[in-house]
Amino acid sequence: MQLWLIPILPLAGFLINGIFGRRFPKSLVNVVAVGSVVLSFLWVVKTLLALGSLQEPHLEHYFTWIQSGTAGDPGFLQVNCDFMVDRLTAVFLLVVTGVGSLIHIYATGYMAHEGGYYRFFAYLNLFMFFMLVLVLGASFLLLFVGWEGVGLCSYLLIGFYFDKKFATDAGNKAFIVNRIGDFGFALAMFLIFRNFHSLEFVKALPQAATATEGTLAVIGLLLMVGACGKSAQIPLYVWLPDAMAGPTPVSALIHAATMVTAGVYMTARSNVIYHHAPGAAGVIAIIGIATAFMAATIGMAQNDIKKVFAYSTVSQLGYMFVGIGSGAYGAGVWHVVTHAFFKALLFLGAGSVIHALEGEQDMRHMGGLRKKIPITFWTMCCAWVAIAGIPPFSGFYSKDAILAAAYEHSPAIYWIGVITAGITAFYVSRAMFLTFFGEPRGHHHPHESPPVMWIPLAILGILSLTGGFLFNVPEYLKEIFPPIHEVENPTLVYISVAAGVLGIAIAYLMYMVKPGMADSIAGALKAPYQLIYNKYFVDELYDATIVKPVVAGSRVVLWKGVDAGLIDGTVNGVGARSRDVGSILRLLQSGNIRSYAAWVLAGGVALILVMGFTGGLR
Amino acid sequence: MLTAVPISWYLTLSAVLFALGVAGFLFRRNVITVFMSIELMLNAVNLSFVTFSYHNKTNDGHLFTFFVMVVAAAEAAVGLAIILTVFKNKGTLNIDEVDSMKN
Repeated sequence: MQLWLIPILPLAGFLINGIFGRRFPKSLVNVVAVGSVVLSFLWVVKTLLALGSLQEPHLEHYFTWIQSGTAGDPGFLQVNCDFMVDRLTAVFLLVVTGVGSLIHIYATGYMAHEGGYYRFFAYLNLFMFFMLVLVLGASFLLLFVGWEGVGLCSYLLIGFYFDKKFATDAGNKAFIVNRIGDFGFALAMFLIFRNFHSLEFVKALPQAATATEGTLAVIGLLLMVGACGKSAQIPLYVWLPDAMAGPTPVSALIHAATMVTAGVYMTARSNVIYHHAPGAAGVIAIIGIATAFMAATIGMAQNDIKKVFAYSTVSQLGYMFVGIGSGAYGAGVWHVVTHAFFKALLFLGAGSVIHALEGEQDMRHMGGLRKKIPITFWTMCCAWVAIAGIPPFSGFYSKDAILAAAYEHSPAIYWIGVITAGITAFYVSRAMFLTFFGEPRGHHHPHESPPVMWIPLAILGILSLTGGFLFNVPEYLKEIFPPIHEVENPTLVYISVAAGVLGIAIAYLMYMVKPGMADSIAGALKAPYQLIYNKYFVDELYDATIVKPVVAGSRVVLWKGVDAGLIDGTVNGVGARSRDVGSILRLLQSGNIRSYAAWVLAGGVALILVMGFTGGLR
Repeated sequence: MLTAVPISWYLTLSAVLFALGVAGFLFRRNVITVFMSIELMLNAVNLSFVTFSYHNKTNDGHLFTFFVMVVAAAEAAVGLAIILTVFKNKGTLNIDEVDSMKN
């Protein structure tokens, strides 16, 4: 089926643009960058059509990558470069290449006036390559290659405006925080290899049933640490809001639609492990719901439009993990898909607003844009109703599937989920009202985005509206996940929809009917407001407890103590002693031939004496 | 035959000659005398070579003696040439005044 073509096409785009792009005109860069991704998408579609129903995973072997030990030995390690397509991969392939194509097209308009144009698209194509390796890889190690690769591209693109300190700092933060997660992932892989003697999905995962629950729980929790890093869950979520320092298409593609869902993909791929280790799954559900709730509350008080959507992304990722943790893997993946539609749309719409206002991101300086940029407004409305969980739009389906499963798992998680859904509806409505309604509060002259930007918005808008009932992902994925106990409970649905409507209504009341109300509430509830406005002071906490001690330790112990004291001291000491010895020995070289001869004689006599005493003269 | 003379006599003679050579090398300041002292040392060694060769009934020592003689001849030619040049440049044969190697 030539699966390798799918990732190779963007890689070719990266190489061409990366090496020659500097001399290319922008139109040629566009053709290479967008063309490679669109071709990749078309190849995915063709492949999936040819593969049909995919009852069995389709495996393609290319070459043996790593081999160590002898076959049959327990320590025998063989890692192949194999690609695998099953239904789960198929879903992710379509989302990654489909949404990826739309965002590439959009980016050609958004980035039109930016410097480093070719560099941007080269990185974006490289990201697509690694993301596709991530979802296509048939073993944990190949998945890890993609996992690290997308992390690298994320770092490069967050720090795209590398002349701004906050952007490079954000890039470093993302990279370093992800290292913590990757550490857990690597440990999990070691354990998987130790227990199952293979890293390939088809060989290792079916053996999970034979392992003890304790082992599986440890593996599951370590995998979860990895997922927490990549998918921005508590306690490692702090990098994602800062990642908005990158250009908006990057936020949409990497930090909303695709890369951050890699953790969901990985945990869903390892579903067998969690199925046999319910404790680990329970921890995932708790972390997921805690993240969802916490990030949603922070999102209520942010004024930067991209920050609102960033915390929204963290919150929605939390929902996905609630789905995974509750055993509803299909629902979790479904939310990945619908979230890719509506959150990419929200980010791209926000990008369109920012573009229209020439860089303004603060919602307090927006307002009244509904008439000025109507296409952006109407497409963002599609995402608005989708994320708020209004039936029959896409977010409603996936979120309710998750919440229904969560109710079976634990009613408490369900109720927090419902409250979070209300908060979600509230903060998105707040963003919409502040941006598009009321009186203009800035002195800008907004202009509608060019078609190359609004056409992707429109397509994503349609998908956000219809994605829920068009793509019944849990039904499609039913066979590859452990069966779940489904209960039809319409009351649960009514409650969560009511929460969404209530959230919108409160936002309407606070920002449309009585515009001063929000400020007076914030004034009345000063302490809680300050708490969420300052993001629960988590960054400050990490700074004080981890970053500062590490920096201080590096400075005092490692730098001044070990490096300057021990290592430099040793090297300098050796040099200084050599000089001392040399300055004494130099006195021997007098230039007087007879003194040399005397030394030779003395040496000869000494040699003979030594040999005589040691018995060497016999 | 020669067995009347013990081997230790030859070796003692050789050692005395060598010690004389060393003493001359160390204590005389005239370059030519120093040079002759070196020849004396070489020939002391030649004497012990020949002695051992005779004593052991082998030809090795004779062979070495020829080599030493050839080297000594070559060295005499080169060494005298150097001494001539030094005398032309420095106007002295005092070895203590020839220390230009130091700088």
